[in-house]
Amino acid sequence: MASYSTSEFKGGLKLMMDGDPCSIIENEIVKPGKGQAFNRVKLRNLKTGRVIERTFKSGESLEGADVIDLDMQYLYNDGEFFHFMDPVSFEQYQADENAVAEAKLWLKDQAMCILTLWNDAPISVTPPNFVDLEITETDPGLKGDTSGGGGKPATLETGAVVRVPLFVQIGELIKVDTRTGDYVSRAKA
Amino acid sequence: MTTTWQPSCSLELIRLRAGLLHEIRSFFYAENVLEVETPILCQAIGTDPYLDFFSTSQLPGNQPVLYLQTSPEFAMKRLLAAQIGSIYQITKAFRKAESGRLHNPEFSMLEWYRVGYDLSRLMDDVELLLNQFLPAERFPDPAERISYTDVFLQYTGLNALQFNLSAYSRVAEKLGFPEAIRLCADDHPAWLDFLFSHSVQQHLGKTGLCMVFDYPACLPSLARLNLDNPLTVARVEVFIDGIELANGYYELTDIAQQRSRFDQEILLRDRNGAVKVHKDERLLAALQSGLPDCSGIAIGLDRLLMIISEKNHIDEVLAFPIENA
Repeated sequence: MASYSTSEFKGGLKLMMDGDPCSIIENEIVKPGKGQAFNRVKLRNLKTGRVIERTFKSGESLEGADVIDLDMQYLYNDGEFFHFMDPVSFEQYQADENAVAEAKLWLKDQAMCILTLWNDAPISVTPPNFVDLEITETDPGLKGDTSGGGGKPATLETGAVVRVPLFVQIGELIKVDTRTGDYVSRAKA
Repeated sequence: MTTTWQPSCSLELIRLRAGLLHEIRSFFYAENVLEVETPILCQAIGTDPYLDFFSTSQLPGNQPVLYLQTSPEFAMKRLLAAQIGSIYQITKAFRKAESGRLHNPEFSMLEWYRVGYDLSRLMDDVELLLNQFLPAERFPDPAERISYTDVFLQYTGLNALQFNLSAYSRVAEKLGFPEAIRLCADDHPAWLDFLFSHSVQQHLGKTGLCMVFDYPACLPSLARLNLDNPLTVARVEVFIDGIELANGYYELTDIAQQRSRFDQEILLRDRNGAVKVHKDERLLAALQSGLPDCSGIAIGLDRLLMIISEKNHIDEVLAFPIENA
């Protein structure tokens, strides 16, 4: 893998740091007067999702990370691994619990998502920003309440629990924002 | 694909710039400071260890390589040595590999020299000039003057004049920059640059102009040593809203010291693998003949415009930043 000098740093560049693949979020040159230049870099660790800030001396190099994002179809979970398929090549990948992490709350069989591969192995899964999921469990709400005020917890088919308005019932499809875990609206079946 | 030809900044910003230039020229006209022009393309270049420059390729025959100036300082000092009196210049300066929120490789600079002024009178000048541009509602406070050692102590708890690796390392860890220990090792100036830019600068000039004076002698540039405290040099940097705006000196006039600083900087450049440069012999000859007692300072005009117009990126005040030049 090629290495990248600080002058090539920009948002989205994938680099190896402390043994983990990271993606640059922000890169700012810090240069006091006529003094030495530094690059203050904000990076996301692609394995843990954690955001770190680190300073480099301008001119330093870091090794690139062989990371790609692929559109994949989620197939099934066999109890240990989550299985995905590239809908173009039909190639299949299995990801463990660590890689899937929070995304499993939003993954329904056959749903499309983004699989991030590092050295050809899945390290994270990003669900679509919005997903439609069925409510499998919730308290019966007050009939005729369409105000949306208040709310109640509802369990979805994937096991996720979200807060929904009182008028939404078991068996209904709802649209959820996966980035916040918030109810958006009822979805058309 | 369509090619972008339009300016990157708004037309309003271009008019604001024209107004600013007019005000600056009026200020110096009223102060009897002469406007001058010096070459942008020269046969010599500064030896600053951390400035990278553009140069021409080798031309046919024995024609010298030419350099785009990183500042007009040397040529202006030759005019001063010719006894022209106080002068100012509005010009373009060029620094390679500097591109980002606060940097464009080509930028506008206002540089001036006052014959007979020491650092404190130069600061009066800066205050008088800049305060007419800074919006009073955002910067209501009078200009602050604070020594480098005081401001460094205030935000890091460290003595800037006395390097102690373990104390500096502890502070770096406490402030959340453990990587400084590897990057700076036992290099005192590197530590000062790191800690100042990461932990001090952002606090400066939030409510008014902030002038930091008397830099540690290990960051001398072209400033003269302070006779009353030879651990410091008569250098000032000006900050507003956490942004470094200007760098000035009570100018070094001693030719022996100038020569030795050139040599040290060239050595440092070699050690860092920077492009080789030569001493500007014409500047040295001018110093030999005698540079009058003077102070000078350079202000980044694009940054000043950013502050006045509350823009976050230098590209927003440039008609054609480098990606669109």
